[in-house]
Amino acid sequence: MLKLDSVSRIFPGGQEALRNIVLELAQGEVVAMVGGSGCGKTTLLRLVAGLDAPSTGSIELDGADLHEPSADVGIIFQEPRLLPWLSVADNIAFGIAHLAREEREARVSRALLRIGLAGYETRWPRELSGGQAQRVAIARALVTQPKVLLLDEPFSALDAFTRASLHEHLLALWETDRVSLLIVTHDVDEAVTLADRIVVMQPKPGRIFTEIGVDLPRPRNRRSDEFHAVSRRVLDALDGSLTEGQSSAAPGKTETAAFWW
Amino acid sequence: MSDTTLTHARAETASGSPRRAFAWKGWIGLILPVILAIGLEWGVRAGWLEGRFTPPPSKIAGTLGELFASGEWFRHALATGWRVAIGFVFGAGAGIVLGTLSGAVPMIRRLIDPTIQALRAVPSIAWVPLFILWFGIFETSKITLIAVGVFFPVYLGVLGAVLSIDRKVIEVGRVFRLSKLETGRRILLPATLPALVTSLRAGLGLGWMFVVAAEIMGASEGLGFLLVDGQQVGRSDLIVSAILSFAFLGFLTDALLAAATRPYLRWRDDLSTAEKA
Ligand SMILES: Nc1ncnc2c1ncn2[C@@H]1O[C@H](COP(=O)(O)OP(=O)(O)OP(=O)(O)O)[C@@H](O)[C@H]1O
Ligand SMILES: [Mg+2]
Repeated sequence: MLKLDSVSRIFPGGQEALRNIVLELAQGEVVAMVGGSGCGKTTLLRLVAGLDAPSTGSIELDGADLHEPSADVGIIFQEPRLLPWLSVADNIAFGIAHLAREEREARVSRALLRIGLAGYETRWPRELSGGQAQRVAIARALVTQPKVLLLDEPFSALDAFTRASLHEHLLALWETDRVSLLIVTHDVDEAVTLADRIVVMQPKPGRIFTEIGVDLPRPRNRRSDEFHAVSRRVLDALDGSLTEGQSSAAPGKTETAAFWW
Repeated sequence: MSDTTLTHARAETASGSPRRAFAWKGWIGLILPVILAIGLEWGVRAGWLEGRFTPPPSKIAGTLGELFASGEWFRHALATGWRVAIGFVFGAGAGIVLGTLSGAVPMIRRLIDPTIQALRAVPSIAWVPLFILWFGIFETSKITLIAVGVFFPVYLGVLGAVLSIDRKVIEVGRVFRLSKLETGRRILLPATLPALVTSLRAGLGLGWMFVVAAEIMGASEGLGFLLVDGQQVGRSDLIVSAILSFAFLGFLTDALLAAATRPYLRWRDDLSTAEKA
């Protein structure tokens, strides 16, 4: 489905943000991407969203080249980016203005119901909590019914409790829509909770260090030993991604997993 | 739903008594003008003040009444209002167009902004002799002066608003594949509207200021003409009547502009909404 082939991105200043990225996403698959700060995760999502163009390589969705924003690819940013002058309902309907009114309203009220915000239609974004606003942003991206949804640290500004409840919301939406998710996160537990596969990135230049499959049944129990085993593997890989290839760094100074970001 | 009604009820009980106290405090502001008016009236009647220079309120009311009854007030107010309206439309229109272009296209900004900033340093009244030379002493020079006065605050306000639009919000438009035109209508316009309204109100205020200058420099009708006429025939009551009329019309048009745009600005999350909530 989504296919990145030897994608690189070199910024005008000469900064090599991504080098030779090869990545595939099957339909309905959930892939999480983790890695140290500045290893090109946001850059990668922006390329797939068509907000930026790769320097070399190709990005294809179902065989068609993705070089500009596509209706089949939705993106959710780290902050909700709701339009403050539109009500919650109008924000959700922002990307489906071309549809007939009844269809639009039906999709919006269904979306509000699914994110647990029925009755919030006429609120202004400023009257929402951070978690509610991010749910509205998710609804706004999903009502256009994309095939791929990109999420860039979507829950990082929220407390652990809200985050856990949004994971449930997201997985519930994913189960009915069977949309493919590519989610960038700094939170290893979040990655293990959500993903079928975890891509560990390595900085300078940004590239894929390793991939770790998560073969746990859903819903996942964060306290189970299997869960912890996977988390540990991801943390080990992150450690490795930061030490390997950085031979110039002081040899005795290995970063511990807890501080990998 | 119950959630909303609850917060509503709470807000009401909470603000009940402070609001009444505030309304009462608002009246304090009236004490000074009322004392002044009574003092004037009394002073003139007692013969301590000369009514020719300091018109008592009763005299002003009488003059205004006559102006209304004869229809003169409407003739003058209409002439003045018309000049302000035309000057405002041209000045604000040019300010919006050039401000938007200058904000949106860096090349245009580099081209025109330095010149406009330099022209802004000229006190607008200083243009008057040149405008009279170019356009004669009739309507054209007056309206040009008003338009120039309105132009600068609108241009600056719109330019600043366009420049400060959040790139992140524009990106939302790109994600949903808006065309250039749609981006303008659905993102740029609403995002800049608060600043646009503020600058239009500032421009309107300057429009009223400059119409006075324009009419003082020579007019056969208009509220500014009444000012000059009152001075020449030595009738301070006429002058004060015209001053009050200016104040009233300036206030009225500003309030109308604010009221007309308020429905589009309800989303704002700042002190002006908190005050009205
Ligand atoms: N527009 C840009 N111009 C030049 N360099 C850029 C630009 N955007 C990002 N970079 C550089 O590319 C690299 C990757 O940035 P990116 O934002 O993709 O990192 P990230 O993995 O998302 O980091 P974080 O986890 O901190 O969000 C960084 O070194 C950054 O400085
Ligand atoms: Mg990032």
